[in-house]
Amino acid sequence: MSAEKIPTPSSTVGPFLHIGLTDRHSLTHIAGPKVKGERVHLKCRVLDAEGAPVNDAMIEIWQADADGKYNHPDDPGGASKETFRGFGRAATDEIGCCEFDTIKPGRVAANIAVHTNLAGVAATAQVNAEAHSLPSEQLEEHKLQAPHVNLAIFARGILLQLYTRIYFAGDPANDDDPILALVPKERRPTLLAQPDPSRRHGWLFEIRLRGEDETVFFDV
Amino acid sequence: MRYSRSSPGTQAVRLYEPYKSTLLRNPDQPLIFLPHTLSETTGPVYGHGEIAENDNDLTRQHAGEPLGERITVSGRVLDDNGRPVPNTLIEIWQANSAGRYLHQRDQHPAPLDPNFSGAGRTLTDDTGAYRFVTIKPGAYPWFNHHNAWRPAHIHFSVFGRAFISRLITQMYFPGDPLFAYDPIFQSVPDERARQRMISKFDLETTQPQWAVGYRFDIVLRGPEATPFEP
Repeated sequence: MSAEKIPTPSSTVGPFLHIGLTDRHSLTHIAGPKVKGERVHLKCRVLDAEGAPVNDAMIEIWQADADGKYNHPDDPGGASKETFRGFGRAATDEIGCCEFDTIKPGRVAANIAVHTNLAGVAATAQVNAEAHSLPSEQLEEHKLQAPHVNLAIFARGILLQLYTRIYFAGDPANDDDPILALVPKERRPTLLAQPDPSRRHGWLFEIRLRGEDETVFFDV
Repeated sequence: MRYSRSSPGTQAVRLYEPYKSTLLRNPDQPLIFLPHTLSETTGPVYGHGEIAENDNDLTRQHAGEPLGERITVSGRVLDDNGRPVPNTLIEIWQANSAGRYLHQRDQHPAPLDPNFSGAGRTLTDDTGAYRFVTIKPGAYPWFNHHNAWRPAHIHFSVFGRAFISRLITQMYFPGDPLFAYDPIFQSVPDERARQRMISKFDLETTQPQWAVGYRFDIVLRGPEATPFEP
């Protein structure tokens, strides 16, 4: 690989990320009252290898709307929905928690992407099984993914953000999800948010960075 | 569409023993390979409404000017095929010229500067270019090991086009003698990749009688070329 093609390496956000990222620009109310969809109050909690809360992390989430569309030019029919961007971020507090008010995303296509090229013309690029060289990249054509929220964790001690996904416990679509199917069955529960009875529309997602019941993280 | 994946050694080693905090905060189990779907290849889109005047000039955010060496940091955001990444949000934060962050958890006994908050943001233009005016941050001590000092750096956060092109990194200054002793800098095995994090002195953007110019180009993962693209 030539030097120009090497991406800039990632580094840790360090312990003082708040002054640049979350003190003035956190985003926790993702879906306003006009946004269609089932309300979700999502509480995330981050724990380290010793089960201690991680109180200096930042979590970013990215999700589709209730129709399973991302607010992005590469998602056909998804772009420029002004009411719902689908992005949130927050710093964890002293007990390792942060919360988001959002909606449950719809089901997203597993393997179809339209790439808007630089001229602004949508070129349909059907990324199907044949286009991939690695067997593990083969996803069944036209399959839908179960509702999920994409999540990235940044913190002191994390040099390269950790990616995971939040699925919703009890959703029947989980049984058929092509990404969950790539995860060993015994580890799938680490990707499920559980209903939080203490709070209306409440869901709780626990992230264990290392050790017992370690959360599944993805190589993206 | 698929995004490129990193070549061995060009990103940091996640569990890097010399950087102690990595040991409790990174997984033991191997990561699970995730094919790229729209969930990965889309990401938040930012607009000009989100940038305020002086957001990109950290020397003009208070009544007076901050102490320190005034500098400009400019460059372009490109993908790994050399294509510019336009209209993408860049956020920076840094210590002041004495090596102190305006943060309650920073206990380094160096003075705060009432005229310096140390945070900025801007959007790249149509050619992927950006520019900040700031002061050169100082080196500062940390507790990782005995007599540990971080080389002077500015934290950079960049979005790019996709949730997986998201990059948070640190920009360093050329020739810093602390590089050899800094486990955060050294955590990236590939020498060429490490060099990517070091800005270059740039006479062209240096402004006479005003500010020293540093150039820092940022390369993000980009979509792999497909036969469908023109």
